[in-house]
Formats: sequence, C-alpha cells, structure tokens
Amino acid sequence: MTTLLEVSDLRVTYPGRGFRARSHEVLHGVSLTVGQSETLGVVGESGSGKTTIGRAVLGLVAPSGGTVRFRGNDITRAGRAERRALARDIQVVFQDPYSSLNPALTIGDILGEPLIVQGTETSEARRRVAELLDQVGLPKDASQRLPREFSGGQRQRVAIARALAPAPRLIVCDEPVSALDLTTQARVLDLLVDIQRRTGVAYLFISHDLAVIRQVSHRVSVIHHGDIVETGTAAQVTTAPEHPYTERLLLAAPVADPAEQRQRREARQRL
Amino acid sequence: MTVYVLRRLTAGLVLAVLVTMITFLLLSTSFDDVASSVLGNGATPGQIAAQKAQMGLDRPLAVQYGDWLSHAVRGDLGASYFTSEPVRSAITARLGVTLSIVVVALLATSVISVALGVAAAARGGAVDRFAQGAAMTGYLVPSLLVAIALVYVFAVRLHVFPATGYTDFSENPARWASSIAIPVVALMMGGVASLTSQIRGAMIGELRKDYVRTLRTRGIPTRSIVLRHALRNAAGPALTVLSLEFIQMLGGALIIEQIFALPGFGQYAFNASLQGDVPIIMGISLFGVLLVVAVNLVVDLLNGWLNPKARIVS
Amino acid sequence: MTTPNADTRRRSTLRRLIADPQAVVSASLLVVIVLLGLLAPVLSDHGADEANLDAVNAGVGDHGYLLGGDKSGRDIFARLLYSIDTSVVSALIGTSIALAIGITSGLVGGYFGRRVRGVAEWLFSLIMTFPGLLLLIVLMPVTKGDYKATMIVFGVLLSPGIYRLVRNLVLGVKNELYVDAARVSGLPDRRILRRHVLTVVRGPVIIATAFLAGSSIAVQSGLAFLGVGSNTVPSFGAMISEGFTNLYEEPLQFLWPSLALGIITASLVLLGNALRDALEGGRPKPARIVTATAYRPPATESAVSGLLTVDDLAIAYPTPTGELKEVVSGVTLSVAAGETLGLVGESGSGKTQTAFAALGVLPSEAVVTRGSIRLDGRELLGLSERELRAVRGTSIAYVPQEPMSNLDPSSTVGAQLVEGVRAATPMSTGEARNRVLALLARVGIPEPERTFRSYPHQISGGMAQRVLIAGAVASRPLLLIADEPTTALDVTVQAEILDLLRDLRREPNMTVLLVTHNFGVVADICDRVAVMRAGTVVETGTTEELFARPQHPYTRTLLDSILDETTLRTDPPATPAGALETEKR
Repeated sequence: MTTLLEVSDLRVTYPGRGFRARSHEVLHGVSLTVGQSETLGVVGESGSGKTTIGRAVLGLVAPSGGTVRFRGNDITRAGRAERRALARDIQVVFQDPYSSLNPALTIGDILGEPLIVQGTETSEARRRVAELLDQVGLPKDASQRLPREFSGGQRQRVAIARALAPAPRLIVCDEPVSALDLTTQARVLDLLVDIQRRTGVAYLFISHDLAVIRQVSHRVSVIHHGDIVETGTAAQVTTAPEHPYTERLLLAAPVADPAEQRQRREARQRL
Repeated sequence: MTVYVLRRLTAGLVLAVLVTMITFLLLSTSFDDVASSVLGNGATPGQIAAQKAQMGLDRPLAVQYGDWLSHAVRGDLGASYFTSEPVRSAITARLGVTLSIVVVALLATSVISVALGVAAAARGGAVDRFAQGAAMTGYLVPSLLVAIALVYVFAVRLHVFPATGYTDFSENPARWASSIAIPVVALMMGGVASLTSQIRGAMIGELRKDYVRTLRTRGIPTRSIVLRHALRNAAGPALTVLSLEFIQMLGGALIIEQIFALPGFGQYAFNASLQGDVPIIMGISLFGVLLVVAVNLVVDLLNGWLNPKARIVS
Repeated sequence: MTTPNADTRRRSTLRRLIADPQAVVSASLLVVIVLLGLLAPVLSDHGADEANLDAVNAGVGDHGYLLGGDKSGRDIFARLLYSIDTSVVSALIGTSIALAIGITSGLVGGYFGRRVRGVAEWLFSLIMTFPGLLLLIVLMPVTKGDYKATMIVFGVLLSPGIYRLVRNLVLGVKNELYVDAARVSGLPDRRILRRHVLTVVRGPVIIATAFLAGSSIAVQSGLAFLGVGSNTVPSFGAMISEGFTNLYEEPLQFLWPSLALGIITASLVLLGNALRDALEGGRPKPARIVTATAYRPPATESAVSGLLTVDDLAIAYPTPTGELKEVVSGVTLSVAAGETLGLVGESGSGKTQTAFAALGVLPSEAVVTRGSIRLDGRELLGLSERELRAVRGTSIAYVPQEPMSNLDPSSTVGAQLVEGVRAATPMSTGEARNRVLALLARVGIPEPERTFRSYPHQISGGMAQRVLIAGAVASRPLLLIADEPTTALDVTVQAEILDLLRDLRREPNMTVLLVTHNFGVVADICDRVAVMRAGTVVETGTTEELFARPQHPYTRTLLDSILDETTLRTDPPATPAGALETEKR
C-alpha cells in the first residue's frame, strides 16, 4: 500500500497574545502516515492538538518544525501557488455545519466556486454540482437554495460534496459528525464510508469520540497533550490498548447498557 | 494593576508628543504667512525672510520643535507673538470655563444614559420607546440649532436663565449653575443619544447571555443581576463611546461658547489661529491633547477595573 | 455564477427600503435638495455674493428676493441654494476620505496578520488623540480657511471609526470556517476578500456613510458659524451666524438656513436608520427578565404523583406572522423523590424547554398555553419572579450545559458563588465564604482558595463545570435539573463529573432531572428514562426496561443509531478500479 501522507516530527507553536507574551508549543513532534484509500483516525481530547495536525496538513497554520510530505513531495512550507494546486488533491470537512458554509451564497455557488476558480467552464461546473449533490444524497433543487434552509445533517452533506468536488485523494475530516444528532450522525458516517469505498479517497479523520473513530478507521493514532502516545490498527487500539491513556479513554466513554456500564465504571475506578 | 496604569500613562504621553509634533509640522508650512502677518501688509519677501530669522522660524524644524518641547515640559509655553501675553496663564484662565461645561455635560450624559439605557433594556415597553425617542431627537437636531433655540425660549422669552455671560463657581455657585445650565443641555443632546443607544444595545446583548439565566436560577434578585453583573460587562464598549463623546463635546463647546458669550478658550483659539500666533496655537494643541489623553486614561482605568481580562492579559 | 436566489435577496432588501416611509421620505428630500443645489444658477437670478445696498434686510418677496435679503443685501434664497452645494461637497470630501482610509486599512489590518494590524492600531489611536474640532480651528493657517482642505483633515479624523468597524467585521468573518474552507479550496485571497468578506462589510459601511455625511455637514456648518473660512463661500453655518446676530430684529433670516440645515441632517439620520433596519433587520428588542405569568393553571388534582410532576405541559413561541407555534405539545412526566430521571431526545424535541419551564427561566417571548408543573405539591407555573426566587436555590437548582458561558466573566468565581448562597439562605458574608470553600473542596477542586479568587477565564472547562455544580447544590436543593451537564466536556472529565453527580445525589437524597442526548450517560446514572420527540414524551420506563425492551419505534430507532462498541472497519483500504479519476491528470 502506497503512503499518501507522511507527517514526520511535526511541531506547531502558537504565539502568545499581547505584545511580548510567551508562545506555547501545541504539537511536540508528531509523526503519522495515511495510506492510499485508507482512513487514519486521530483521537484525542480538547487541547491535545488533534485539530492542529489537520490545519497544518491543510496549510492553515505554519509548522515550526518537522515535515509534511504528500505523495513524496515536501509540502511543509508550501507557498500560496503550491497550496492552490494542492487544493485539487487535499480537501477538508469541518465540524460546524453552521459556520462552514457562507450564509449569503446559494449551495450552487458554494459548490461551484472552487471548480470555476480552478478553471472549469460554467456549464461543466453546473453539471458537476448536480453530480455531487446526487452523490451525497441531496435533491437537485438544493443548488438554488441557501444554507439556512437546510438542517445540520444536510449542511454537512453539502460540506462533504464541496470536499469531493475536485476529486481529491485525501480529505481531512475535522470532527465532521460531532455537532450532529444521533440519528443523523450514523447516516453521515455511513455516507463517508460509502464514498471511500466508491472513490478510493483517503481520510485523515479527527475526532474525540472513540465510537465514531471505530466506525470509520482502519488505523488509529491516539494523541495526548501534543504527543502521539499510541498507533495501531483500529482493532488493536480500541480493544486491547497498550498505553494507559488509551485505556483511560476507552473506559471513560459510557456504554449504552446499564450492566455493562457498571462494569466499565468499576474497571475505570480501579485504574 | 499599577503596571497597567503606568503603561497606559506612558502610551498617553507618547501620543501627546506625537500629536503636537505633527501639528507643528503641519503649521510649519505656513511660517511665511505668520511672519508676514506680524509685519503687516505690504511686506516684501526680503523683509519676511528677515522677520522669520528674527523669530527663529527659519531654523531646522526638529530644532524648533525640540526647543518648544523642552520649554513646555518645564511649564513654559512662551508668549504670544502679538500681545506678548504668556501663553500658559492665558490658556489656564480660560480653560476652566470650557472645562466646567464639558465635564458637567459629560457627567450628566453618563448618568442619564446609563439610567435610560439600562431601564430601556431591562424593562422594555414604554420606557424603551421613550429612550429610543429621546435618542432619535438627540441625533436629529444639530446642537448648534438646539442651543440657539434654547436661548430664544428660556432666556429671551421666559427669562429663566441668563442668555449670556458666565459666573465663576468660586464667586457664586448658584449663578454659576444657572449660567451653564442651557449650554450644558445643548451640549448633552448628541451625547445622550449615542450613549443611550450604545448602552441599551449592549445591555440587551448581555441580558440574553447564558450566565444571566444561571444567576437567576440561584435565586439572585433581578436588580442585582442587571446592575452588578450585566451592566458591568456591558460597560466596556460604552466607555469607548464615552471617550469619543468627550472629543465631540470639546468641539461642541467651542460653538456653544460663541453663542452664549462664555469666556472659554474657543474664542482665544480662534483669534490666535486667524493671526497665526504659533506659541498660542501650540499651547492650545498641547492642552487639547493632554485633555484627550487624560480622559482616555480615566476611561482605560475604569475599563481595567471593570473588565479583569483587559487588566491581566494585556 | 449568480443563481436566482441571490438576486431575489438583493431585491427584497430594496423592496423593504421602498416600503419603509422613513427611507422614502428622507431619500426623496435629500434628492430634491441636492438637485436644488445643482440647479442653483438656473433657479436664482442673483449670485450668492451679489450685494445690493437697497436690499439690506429686505422682506420676503422684495426686490425680487424670494426669501428676502440679509444684512448685507444679498439674496437669501440664492445663498441657500449655493450653500447646499457647499454642504454636498463637504459631505463628499469628508465621507470619501474617511471611507477610503478606513476601509482599506480595516480590510488589510483585519485580514492580514497581527503585525500589520498592530501598526494600524497605533496609527489610528494616534489619529483619535487629535482633539477634533479644536485641531481644525488651529490649523487655519495651513488650510487658509478653505473648507475643502478642512474637510480633508476632518475625513482623516473620521477614519478611525470606519477602520474599527471594518476591522471588527473582517476579524469576525476571518474566523468563520467558511473562509478557511475557501482557502483550502484554493481560492486566492483577492477573491476571498471580494466574495466572502466584502459582502459582510458592505451593509454596515453603507449605514455608516449616511451618518458620516451628516457629521461632515454638521461640522462644516459649525466651523463656518465660528467664522473659520472665507465669508465669500456661502454656507449654512455662515448664514446662521449672521442671522443669529440679527435674531431679535429679523428672526426669519435665522430661520431659513436653520430649517435647511435641520432638514438635511435629519434626513441623513433617518435614512441611516432606515438603511440599518432594511440591511440588518432592525434594532434588537429588549430582553425582559420575567417569568411567563400569563398562564396560571387551575388548582385541580394532579394526574401524576411525585416530587416533580409535569402535567400536559404545552409551550409555544410566536412566529414572525404572529401565530403561535408549539415546541412542547403536552408533556406529562413525574420524578419520584430521590430518583434520577433521564430526559432524552434529539435537538428540537423540547427537552430543554421543559426543563426551563420548571425553573421559570423561559425567554420572555415564550407562552405557556396549558399544563401544570408542581414541585412537592406546589404549583410553579404562574408564579412571579419574586415568588420563584424563594423556590430557587433551596428547592430547585440548575446545572447548565456550557460551563464557560454560564459564569459572569467579570466577577470572581468565589464572589458569584457567595452571592448565590446568600440569596437562597440569609447568612453573613463570612459564613457564606466558608460554605463555598467547603463546597469547592467537596466537588473535587484541588485548590479551593485559589479557585475562589480566580476569574472564569483563568480556570479550565472541567473546573468551571465543577464550580457550577457547587453553586447549584450549595443550598441543598430538593431537585437538581441538569441540562446536558457533560456534553461540552472531554470524555475523561465527563466520567469524573458523572461520578461527582452520583456522589452528590446520595448525600441529602437529592432528586435529579437529567436532560441528555447520550444514552451512555443514561445507562451510567439514570434510574428511569423518558424519551421525547417533537414536543411530547413517547416512552417512559426504568433504564433496564428501556434498553432491553424498547416499546416505541422512535426509541428503537434511537437505540439503533447508537454506534456499536464492536463495529470495526473490516474492508481493507482498496483502490477500486477506475474509481480514481486522479490518474488522468
């Protein structure tokens, strides 16, 4: 299996606020790989730096050390022109369905704009938009409507369609289902898995929810306070973890069965 | 907190120096006219150049400014080119009049706006409509016209207040109050309008926040929540508006002084400017800037006291 | 690629403006006035400065002067018309300078990084330190009284306001995820600024322009009134000044320019307000702190029993058309003393509204249309805020979902807790302080003294939630209503908070109503469960029963949607043939 994305010893430092405040390092040398057509799940709590990894890969934040390689090329400090070319291969789905779509543009505009900027003709773009809407299970007339007319789950589908538009090789999914209801969550996750099976796109899937990670990931990395503490197959990490933090994470998530939950709670309290 | 105060103070002083420097630079473009104005009509270019040299206006600008500044920090603001009257005492004599109007207006504006804005936001209904109406009226009519209308009604027709003239506070407090009453009201209108709107908007925003609901569930009385919690958080942006209002009022006071014949420093500034009397102009600029800096400092301190984040982080 | 809907939106804003009488009247007045000014040479037979000694203080209509003559014998009507031109030019200069400087620096400062912004901040702080009108007066030697030069300086003085406005808007937009998404899509900065950022900036700037124009005209008039500027340039200020000196003999000379100036400035203000209403949807409405006292249920026997009984509760909100739309449509449930009931549902189910109704903290727009809520036999609906205050804290308490936004950012943690304790039970400040410190320790905060003195932004989310729990249980309430208390927390912190809640409810045998959407939490801590959907309760039962034998199809759907603990991706990452169109590039 070829490696698509290779992150080596990545460090990111955020500057402090104010004139001479101290900066603090959010990622202390993080390494991971994502292979072609696979899903790497990155699981961690708030402040762990998991979102920062995604932003660094996307070029939204500049690393202070380490490298990011995509298909063998070093993209760590890619300039604006290089990033625009990369936009055809690396895309993103964000967490918040309410602020990731411009409320003043129609769905058609939102989906079509990146295509037109990349040079697609208007008629071809329109055809592609219809195709995308179909792929994510939205009605064709959606392209005339505004985001506020849609539910959270539907907006997330639009965000997924936008990510799929240039037929990328890798999509960074930053907590894509965390803001959705239970029933919607399941459906959107199914959609993501389905798309991967059909198109062969790879996912760097970031989440704080182990259950969600389990559903979609082939391999899992656990991140804690800016360090990756464990990496392995999904089966191994989520059923037989090696690192004590991973074990704590597993036992802390409550399970929807009273008897089982009692046992899990007792196991956690024993830790 | 002391560090915060010191930092703000230093920033203010630096700004004051910069402002006077820029003013001086702008003024320097008119030094030829100043010199010719001293000489009177019909001066030849040669005489103007000689006059400039005599007044020291042909020296490098940095030297001239540095000279003025070094005297200014010691309290010596020079003397008028035309009357030889010392600048500092001339300004301070008149400044008190202008300040008494502006400060009283500012304080009254604050009190009224807070009361109206809070009541409008917390009670709604008739109080809210009244507050919005008052604000609208304040915006619509320029204070220039209000002042003149007030003079006509209260002074000329009703003889309640004196139309012109100023009595010093130390002489007769009651007469002082009545001599500034109308000017203050005229000055206040625009300020009340904008500050009330500001506070009303900020309070409405605060009262909708989650913590207000949580405080209610603890059984804390509504008045406490509105005044001790919501108002404190809403005050920050309102303070910024207040410092802007001060600058507005300072300008407005100059016009009001004209209408009510008050011996403030508006007329003094105007005459000096007309003649190009540079020491007076610089002295007035300095006082003006220091006033603005002082008010901004007070506002910043209030903000720091009210808003812990501003104090601690920056 | 503008689709029809974008156009209809723009048209609807225009339509709203046309329908607003404030906008129509003020805009028309302004257009008429400007036209009058432009047509001045045609409309008046005399120049603005033509003085005729026979016409000094002429009455209306004398000497062919439409509105009479001033004290120098000039035609007042002509002077008025030419003064309009002066005002228009003043407005144009002042406004365009302020906008040009303010918008470009606001866009640049807001969008491009903090060092650029820092420089801009300093520059504009400097400009704002200039003492306004005073400066314009003392710069007379430089401007030579030319009102155009003065207006340029004034425009610069006005620019910080526009800069602040634009900068704040841009900063707000820049942090929106859709701008990040646009950058990832490969859109160049220029296009992002134009398409995504400028659209947000447009409305407020248009509104500000109206007010800037009014300011410029007012200031220019003020300066002219004082005598700054040449007295051959006709302006309202100069005319008012001359009229003022003549106020008692010839009041009309003062009246005409005052009217004209007043109408112009008032129209600009009204137009600005109308624009704000049309573009931003009007001014915010007051948020009164009241309970929904309009409805008071009849004192009948309750159909259900328990510490807390909710009987056929219905809550509705008014729609923009004025009708009432129900969000809670007949909820009946009961919580027995000492038990923990889980209230489960997805968003829009009405579970949080039900909880707020019990606490009496529904928003002021809410209308309770029927039903009853009784706590220990006492009816809660219809009680006034003051009556409810006696109940809150000691009988019924609340733990909110989002810890940070539920603490007053400008009070210390300790001060807020002490205030709450003393409001529920009268006691001295010292006693309250001790009680609070003990509570902070009890809820597992490692350094109670330090947290007591801290401000909310200095503590973590998990600690903040513990603080809120401490505040809720401080006065030993009979019933604790917890609204998704762990949703906003990390999973490890969540587990600790659940432990804490389980511990606390044992002590004084507290009853708990726990609103949640997480069935794991239900399994962990709840004795009984009520499932809500679209405003009604669809199923209730003990936790074991519900998980083992769910009755209602919706409950079953919910339980099925729970992500399985055992599901794993079994299909290996494969490259389906032909699915990767990427190879063709």
